[in-house]
Amino acid sequence: MLGDLGAEVIKIETRSRIDSMRLSPDNLDKEPDRDPWFHSGVRNQMSITLDMEQPKAIPVIKNLIKTSDVVIENFSPKVMKQHDLDYQALRQTKPDIIMISLPATGHSGPLRDAQTYGPSLTGLAGVDGLVGYNGERVLGLQQAYADVNSALHGAFTVLAALYYRKRTGKGQFIEMAQLEAVVGIAGEAVMEYVMNGRVLGTMGNYYPTMCPHNNYRCAEEDKWVSIAVKTEDEWKAFCQAIGDPAWTKDERFADKYSRQRNRNELDRLITEWTSKLTYYEVTEILQKHGVAAAPCLDTEGRFFDPHLQERKTYLEVEHPTTGTDFIANSAWAMSDNQTEIRYRSPLLGEHNKHVFKELLHMTDEEIAQLEAEKVIY
Amino acid sequence: MSDKALTGLRVVELAEFIAGPYCGKLLADFGAEVIKIEKPGVGDEARQRGPFPDYLPDPEKSGLFLYLNTNKLSITLNIETATGQHILKDILKTADVLIEDHPPAQMQTLGLDFESLRKVNPALIVVSITAFGQTGPYRDYKGYAINASALGGQTVCAGEMGREPLTPPLCLGHYQSGTAGATAAMGAVFAREASGKGQHVDISEAQVWATLHTGNQESSFIMHGMKRMRWGHRTPGVYPYTILPCKDGFMSMIAIQGYQWKRFLEMLGDGQVPEWYSSDPRFQDRRQISLKYADEMDGRLAPWLTAHTKQEIYKLCLEKRVPFAPVRNMAEVVNDAHLKARDYFVEVNHPLAGTFKYPGAPGRLSETPWAVDSPAPLLGQHNEEIYCKRLGYSKEKLETLRTGGVI
Repeated sequence: MLGDLGAEVIKIETRSRIDSMRLSPDNLDKEPDRDPWFHSGVRNQMSITLDMEQPKAIPVIKNLIKTSDVVIENFSPKVMKQHDLDYQALRQTKPDIIMISLPATGHSGPLRDAQTYGPSLTGLAGVDGLVGYNGERVLGLQQAYADVNSALHGAFTVLAALYYRKRTGKGQFIEMAQLEAVVGIAGEAVMEYVMNGRVLGTMGNYYPTMCPHNNYRCAEEDKWVSIAVKTEDEWKAFCQAIGDPAWTKDERFADKYSRQRNRNELDRLITEWTSKLTYYEVTEILQKHGVAAAPCLDTEGRFFDPHLQERKTYLEVEHPTTGTDFIANSAWAMSDNQTEIRYRSPLLGEHNKHVFKELLHMTDEEIAQLEAEKVIY
Repeated sequence: MSDKALTGLRVVELAEFIAGPYCGKLLADFGAEVIKIEKPGVGDEARQRGPFPDYLPDPEKSGLFLYLNTNKLSITLNIETATGQHILKDILKTADVLIEDHPPAQMQTLGLDFESLRKVNPALIVVSITAFGQTGPYRDYKGYAINASALGGQTVCAGEMGREPLTPPLCLGHYQSGTAGATAAMGAVFAREASGKGQHVDISEAQVWATLHTGNQESSFIMHGMKRMRWGHRTPGVYPYTILPCKDGFMSMIAIQGYQWKRFLEMLGDGQVPEWYSSDPRFQDRRQISLKYADEMDGRLAPWLTAHTKQEIYKLCLEKRVPFAPVRNMAEVVNDAHLKARDYFVEVNHPLAGTFKYPGAPGRLSETPWAVDSPAPLLGQHNEEIYCKRLGYSKEKLETLRTGGVI
């Protein structure tokens, strides 16, 4: 994200312990330079190879940090200290450095050494327990939501720290515990508990202040459309849009409390209408009447959606190992600073020469020596 | 009030419910001055949403509102009147950032679109957060969180095949678009240092889902024709990537590395991988298990899992370094010893709603810590401070504007 905003980002990685993003589940070839997730997520970054386990790598890393504004790391809590690269050490190297650590559960506390993955963190944070059909078993988000959430919050706090440094000249250390960043975005469920001791469970697509509020079956196989109605005006518009069938006058649906109480029956009746149409047809009819609706797009559906296309949601980028990739644009669109892919996803160590020679002014002999010793590796 | 990271940044929030207010909260909790503009008499929609202490609705006691609006100033203003629009522009003359969440066409009608506002203050950064964004064929579509996550592809990832897909609970997408807004706003603040000019930041919640959360799937689709589906309580690939019931709830069980899975099997077999596993050739490849025998494997694990509680299993997992985690509810999260030891939750005292624990800092800054210096404001609490002290309106003028329904 910082790279997308124009920062120069140098990623330090090593062949002796390949970044797991280069060997994601979708990497069918098991080729670190040909990973679809890595191609999409790791762009506007340069890649250099340095094996941190080699003591000689540490002074090189520190030299690089001397020329940098920000250090990002997400090892388990002890690793940076073991390598003399924790904040206390790095501020000796560069007093105004801003360093952000993104541990899973934090650098302190009884769970500090707990091993987790993004999807288990949403379980630990109380979010996955809400995902499942209403009152049925837990299914969970089944997505690395926690990773993305902490990366986004992390980028924001780094920019806040930079803003402070600009004003005062002072750097600082940021600890972004992924667990805590996730609990924060479930604030509503936290408040339910602290205010009334109420513990929410699986809720399906139910939302207390909206009804209808669900994803409805459409004509094509496994295609669904999302529909949400909040106000009485929207309910009237909805009834009109679907042709005012007799059941819409039914007492069971007369106001939002009745609709909520009888929502299973209401959903069944709405499905009778949606299941004869495509998800784009339903969307268009309802939106014409001012009712919120949108197709539930899958991977392919998003690729071909005219709105996402016009907004350049996916960018075509050349890559030496694949020819052409389609990668995700930024989460934002800025009128004066459009996201540009200045660096496509880097090959492992692609920018060694640039960084070691031109940025750090190392000699060819020094570089060759470190390569021979597998420090640059 | 100590010096904070964003001290000096002036933000105006013309937004309600979750997305815009969470964006404003991030900026306010790290030190920006955030003036929240609310509809006279009614205020932010989140004031009606609850939860309310003892379930008694009161616009000053809504848990969602109280959480999302800490450290902000509240003024009331009816921007649908010409006078209201004029006053808003007055306020924006000295602002750095405006956060707004109105349909693009409405901002145009009110004469508050980006081009009009930039004439008032060329350095103003406008962050617009809507479901579908400021451009594209759906720009005028109406959309709530469920619609944005549908278009953005998150929805189809959760739920069971054959049944309706599940939208993320509690409008999670609103928090994502709010955070994207705060991040891009800061990017625009830095760009302004060089250019001297503000700009328009366009946040589409659907796009936030479609890029940050599901965007990597498009690369897989183009490279390999792969499509992400929904598979209920598990994700295919390597077994286990699943959520399974235990004695008193559910365990989230993911083991990417083979040695992690082996450690768990040893837990199951009192120190040894159980015979039924090691002797069965079908179970020697975890990709094959995931593909063909996942149901069977779920069943094989069930007797042990359902004989143990979440806490028993988690304790063993922590000892043996198995990366599984309990699926916790909010009671367990709020009372968690780890989060307590880290003082994560903070007590906030609100004059009318009372004292409750709120979620704390999303990130901890060593020099300029996140803090709640003031609770969420009462509706229009800061009218006098902003209109009279800041803008120099007389008490009489304020009264006239109030009776005229502008403030």
